[in-house]
Amino acid sequence: MLELRQVHTHYGRIEALKGITLDVRKGEIVTIIGANGAGKTTLLMTICGNPRASAGRILFEGEDITRLPTYEIVRRGISQAPEGRRIFPRMTVLENLQMGAVPNGERYFAEDVEKVFSLFPRLEERMHQRGGTLSGGEQQMLCIGRALMARPKMLLLDEPSLGLAPMLVQQIFRSIVEINRTQGLTILLVEQNAYQALRIAHRGYVLATGSVVMEGEGRELLASPEIRAAYLEGGH
Amino acid sequence: MSVAAQGVGAEKARFDPARALKEAGLAAFVAFMLFLPMMGFRLVGAEGRLGLEYRPQWVVIGVVTVFFGHLLVSFLRAMRGAPVRPAGRVGPVARYVNTHAKWFALAGIALAFALPFTPFANRYVVDVATTVLIYVMLGWGLNIVVGLAGLLDLGYVAFYAVGAYSYALFAQWFGLGFWEALPIAGVLAATFGILLGFPVLRLRGDYLAIVTLGFGEIIRIILLNWYPVTRGPDGLSGIPRPTFFGLVFTRRPAEGEVAFHQFFEISYSGLHRVIFLYYLILLLALLTNWFVLRIRRLPVGRAWEALREDEIASKALGINPTNTKLTAFALGAMFGGFAGSFFATRQGFISPESFTFIESATILAIVVLGGMGSQIGVVLAAAVIVILPELGREFEQFRMLLFGAAMVGIMVWRPRGLLASREPTIRLHARSAGERSP
Repeated sequence: MLELRQVHTHYGRIEALKGITLDVRKGEIVTIIGANGAGKTTLLMTICGNPRASAGRILFEGEDITRLPTYEIVRRGISQAPEGRRIFPRMTVLENLQMGAVPNGERYFAEDVEKVFSLFPRLEERMHQRGGTLSGGEQQMLCIGRALMARPKMLLLDEPSLGLAPMLVQQIFRSIVEINRTQGLTILLVEQNAYQALRIAHRGYVLATGSVVMEGEGRELLASPEIRAAYLEGGH
Repeated sequence: MSVAAQGVGAEKARFDPARALKEAGLAAFVAFMLFLPMMGFRLVGAEGRLGLEYRPQWVVIGVVTVFFGHLLVSFLRAMRGAPVRPAGRVGPVARYVNTHAKWFALAGIALAFALPFTPFANRYVVDVATTVLIYVMLGWGLNIVVGLAGLLDLGYVAFYAVGAYSYALFAQWFGLGFWEALPIAGVLAATFGILLGFPVLRLRGDYLAIVTLGFGEIIRIILLNWYPVTRGPDGLSGIPRPTFFGLVFTRRPAEGEVAFHQFFEISYSGLHRVIFLYYLILLLALLTNWFVLRIRRLPVGRAWEALREDEIASKALGINPTNTKLTAFALGAMFGGFAGSFFATRQGFISPESFTFIESATILAIVVLGGMGSQIGVVLAAAVIVILPELGREFEQFRMLLFGAAMVGIMVWRPRGLLASREPTIRLHARSAGERSP
């Protein structure tokens, strides 16, 4: 569904991605793990065209999207729940969800809001509250919910567990699996929390200083001694 | 009692005498530097010559007042704890006004319509009210750009000027009347809005402010120097007055024209035209307000607000930032242009003098003072900014000093503006939990 072929990205003269090749197939959960500064977030942002890849090709459903502007890529069906959530703090929960529905306009709004509320009942309780007043976990739910409002074919999640209590992390990951199973939505998940991410992922890629250093099935990576040593030591 | 009060105070913030003295000393020093030239010397004319009068006692009084005043303020502050309201919290008055916004708005509109017929209305009152409404309209127009789209624009007066000059020039060269020229002025101003928008698409915050500031100056300097068309500093005079469905407001209308007082068979009064202009700007302002309230609920209005809150997130949600910003600049400019046309027809004379940076700053101050994005806040702030200097006329040269102090005071006590809060554009009734109060 999504293919990256030798993708390079530069920030000025610094090369953040050094030729990434990866595939995400329809209906999969694929995770990208790696340490701070490995280029995980850059990879997701490059898929969305912000910044653009300086070399290589990105194909989505066979179409080359490498040079498209961000909003066109979103309209093709790739939705991102960005790092740090980036919800609109002065807008209410409902307005945030409405912003997520921009590519579809009003057509499916009522129906989709129901879907998001049944996935995250907390959001329904808070629908008229301003985004900035939500707790971290609720903001993450809102961020994922907002991305779902675009009716994406593929969801990019950037560190949904960031700064959340372990209980909440569990809950968010359960929701991710639920979205994938019930709606058949393809998910590309970037995580620092390698253990949780690999447990729910079908496949995973390990990123280090802008290159893919390992790839394999989720369970396989979880069992591999290198991964255990590098990313899983010191508890989960 | 005093022990208890001190105990409570000590919990919040300890009163530190050494620090308070140091700060008061610093304030007194600043006051000294300011007061020495401002209060210490005075020009006096004596025997046809100018002489200096020295007034050291004034400087001493000023500096001592500042020193002890500062000590008192820091002492009171320590007693009560920090007076700053936490960010994001809305004060009780603002909340009350916002929950009853509809009633306040209706009452305000009713009052505005009734104003010329109230007993205390005279030419002066209606004139000041007209000026207030011009600024209300400009504030609402700029609110689109600054309040909703979050693009800091320091050159808004350029569009006001474009509107004023396009009406004046179209009237002069093509004999167009106010009503025919109004849409053209709006379109021209919007075009200039887009012209400004293109180069600044990538800029934000301070950089954007500087470029818009430059744009405002460019327009003014063109008006000043393009003598064959704009007649430069001489300005354009004899701008035709607007008509009331073809009726003119003159005592003796020209051949083929019918005057307002003749048609309605009332005796002529200069006040008719003043009142007509007042209603005209009232309607234009209300049109602006209605438009802004409507567009906030449309996708483009929501996109403006999303862009203001977080540009990266907005792009990631499929918003086209280019089009969104350009529409904000264009529509904001259009209302500036309308207001400019009105200004031209009201004054009958325009020159680049009326479109200096201070005008941009005043309009921006209205938006910020009112509370970014708040429509009622703009009305309050425009009233404050126009009426306060009028009230202060008795204080002569201290007028602008008082005005400045009042502005500083407002920003200290209400750092987020007079009415800082935004009304959600969408509400759903909860399905199961029943009604919930906002």
